[in-house]
Amino acid sequence: MSALLPIVIEALAFRPCGAAVIDGLSATIATPGITAIVGPNGAGKSVTLRLLDGLLVPDGGSIRFGTRQAADVRRAMVFQRPALIRASVHDNVALALAAEGLARREAAARVGAALERVGLARRSREAARRLSGGEQQRLALARALVTEPELILLDEPTANLDPGATDVIEGIVAGLAQAGVKVILVSHNLGQVARLAGDVLVLAGGRAVEHGPARSVLTSPRTPEARAYLNGELPWTRFAAAS
Amino acid sequence: MDPFRRRLLALAAAVLVAIPGAARAQERSITVASTTSTEQSGLFGRLLPAFTKATGIAVRVVAVGTGQALDIGRRGDADVVLVHDKAAEERFVTEGFAARRQDVMYNDFVIVGPKGDPAGAAGADIREALRRIAAARALFVSRGDKSGTHAAELRYWRDAGVDPASGQGAWYREIGQGMGPALNTASVQNAYLLADRGTWLSFKNRGELAILVEGDRRLFNQYGIMLVSPARHPHVKAAEGQAFIDWLVSPAGQGTVAGYTIEGQQLFFPNARAERS
Amino acid sequence: MRMLQALADAFAMIGALDRDVLSIVGLSLRVSLAAVALGCLVGLPAGALLAIARFPGRDAVVAALNALMGLPPVVVGLVIYLLLSRSGILGPLGLLFTPAAMILAQTVLVTPLIAALARGILEDSERELGEQLRSLRLSPWHRARTLLFDARFSLVVAVLAAFGRAVSEVGAVLVVGGNIAGSTRTMTTAISLETQKGDLPLALALGLVLMTLVLAVNLAAGLVRGHAMRAYG
Repeated sequence: MSALLPIVIEALAFRPCGAAVIDGLSATIATPGITAIVGPNGAGKSVTLRLLDGLLVPDGGSIRFGTRQAADVRRAMVFQRPALIRASVHDNVALALAAEGLARREAAARVGAALERVGLARRSREAARRLSGGEQQRLALARALVTEPELILLDEPTANLDPGATDVIEGIVAGLAQAGVKVILVSHNLGQVARLAGDVLVLAGGRAVEHGPARSVLTSPRTPEARAYLNGELPWTRFAAAS
Repeated sequence: MDPFRRRLLALAAAVLVAIPGAARAQERSITVASTTSTEQSGLFGRLLPAFTKATGIAVRVVAVGTGQALDIGRRGDADVVLVHDKAAEERFVTEGFAARRQDVMYNDFVIVGPKGDPAGAAGADIREALRRIAAARALFVSRGDKSGTHAAELRYWRDAGVDPASGQGAWYREIGQGMGPALNTASVQNAYLLADRGTWLSFKNRGELAILVEGDRRLFNQYGIMLVSPARHPHVKAAEGQAFIDWLVSPAGQGTVAGYTIEGQQLFFPNARAERS
Repeated sequence: MRMLQALADAFAMIGALDRDVLSIVGLSLRVSLAAVALGCLVGLPAGALLAIARFPGRDAVVAALNALMGLPPVVVGLVIYLLLSRSGILGPLGLLFTPAAMILAQTVLVTPLIAALARGILEDSERELGEQLRSLRLSPWHRARTLLFDARFSLVVAVLAAFGRAVSEVGAVLVVGGNIAGSTRTMTTAISLETQKGDLPLALALGLVLMTLVLAVNLAAGLVRGHAMRAYG
């Protein structure tokens, strides 16, 4: 299999109904491991993630995955809310395999393995929606994992969780990255970014304003927008308007 | 198989079970288009079991107005038509929808009205009664549904030399429904109306209504029966249909008609001619 | 008093398993349930696909579907009558004045109702799950199925509404069924007939039996639904 990296985002634009949400975003993600996307609300982080997933189609620019055709890249996305169906834990994960047309036994084995990785193997017969918030998000992770993706996109996966549940999720995500899965994580939790990310991409006003190793971006941001966001400076909108 | 597909299959199976069950019909059966007066008077409830017992043929009756019954016959949706509007029946034969019509029985019409009889219509003369009702501008309910009874009513008005349309919207009320609804309406409004005796006798919601005019020979109401032409509609069950007609005009059938009574009164008087052509 | 007597009589007939009354109740149930089942087979997938589909003119289709919920039964009955009549296109099937014709007419009545109600319910479900399902790269048909499955407890309401419409409907079944005693006489056409015969207490008593039946079906469905919803969250 040829390389997924570098992921090259070039002059990306997304303008639903004429209003630019992503406006000339360019970035090159070349390192394996976990890339964090940070930035204020409205910067376009979630939209960028959806463009990477293919849920949204850009109005301009391009995303290239190494030498691969975008359609061949096995991707999975985990949303802020786990979006589980009213079925058992097992069936929620199996849903992700539906498109692959596997034999039942093989599908069950893969579902079991995915649930094992998130620590829910013993709960597979329970109703998904009866799980706790943290368990539901772990289940959403298992559903993403079961397709054995090369790229996992996480949209604030711990935003609604308590510190204990967050810690468990972070452990799973770190494990994934170590196992060679490329992870792109949108997060407002800068502590989490520091704990997990190798590199950090800062977005503002629909553009990339800074991209570099997590240590340097988080401790000594070069651009005023990044500095303002990381310092929690308000009002951020002043910079957004200027750019 | 996922649970959804399982459920879908179960649903499909349930439908497949339900439909043949619902659609199954008697092995040998005919469909008779007839009038509300024969059905609602309860005559069929007496006739049909006797016929089915004698021949093993089940009879399915669609009871509507004479006009609609003839239309069902024209479309080929019934095997036999039993109605009471001789002129329309003869037209049905002339048009080729039946080879012939046979007299079966008659009953009689009565004028029913409020017991107090504000128009002074009571008596044995239908023409005089209608003239008095019109003169008094007393409420009169008409079927207005192109049924045999409606046709007869219009004939009586013509004989009486009165045009009821002049009272339209005032005292003359066409409701465009069957005998039962017409009786219900008259009962509520204390109006006069023309009814067949059979339906009247089996009608339960009479209120203040009573029979005021009866016995005029003009009020006799002839029923005729016809086999829908198999030449016109090949699927018509000619043998079974003819068996029903033959039985009805036979002594056995005619006797059953004569034997049907409500409150001790005979409702229908058999008058089929014995010979067959 | 006559009314109470008639009501007592009607329930006594049911209690005594009076064959005529039981066959009428049975036919009503069979025809309505078959029509609702057929309506679900068509209406649920149609409603689900409409809930997830985005295409030009969709609003018009939704409006048209909503309008079809109000199809006048007598008109549907008349059209089916003309189609099934021996002189009509489907005449050779010989279905007029049979329960199958009644099922067909009621299916036409309830399918748009089921589709429209399902569309409304599933659009909420789509808002919650749609993005996730698209991200899983499921086909539109598979997404529709998944939404149907997810919303199955809410969809019970649509199915019950359809059953209520079917079982209480008289115009269409009277025209295409012919109200033939022992063959196509349902609760509603029997009520209509007793009304015409002026036996209002018996008509009303039969009406109460019908309402009791509908109530029982709704209660049973409500219990099952409540239990299932508690189980699946």
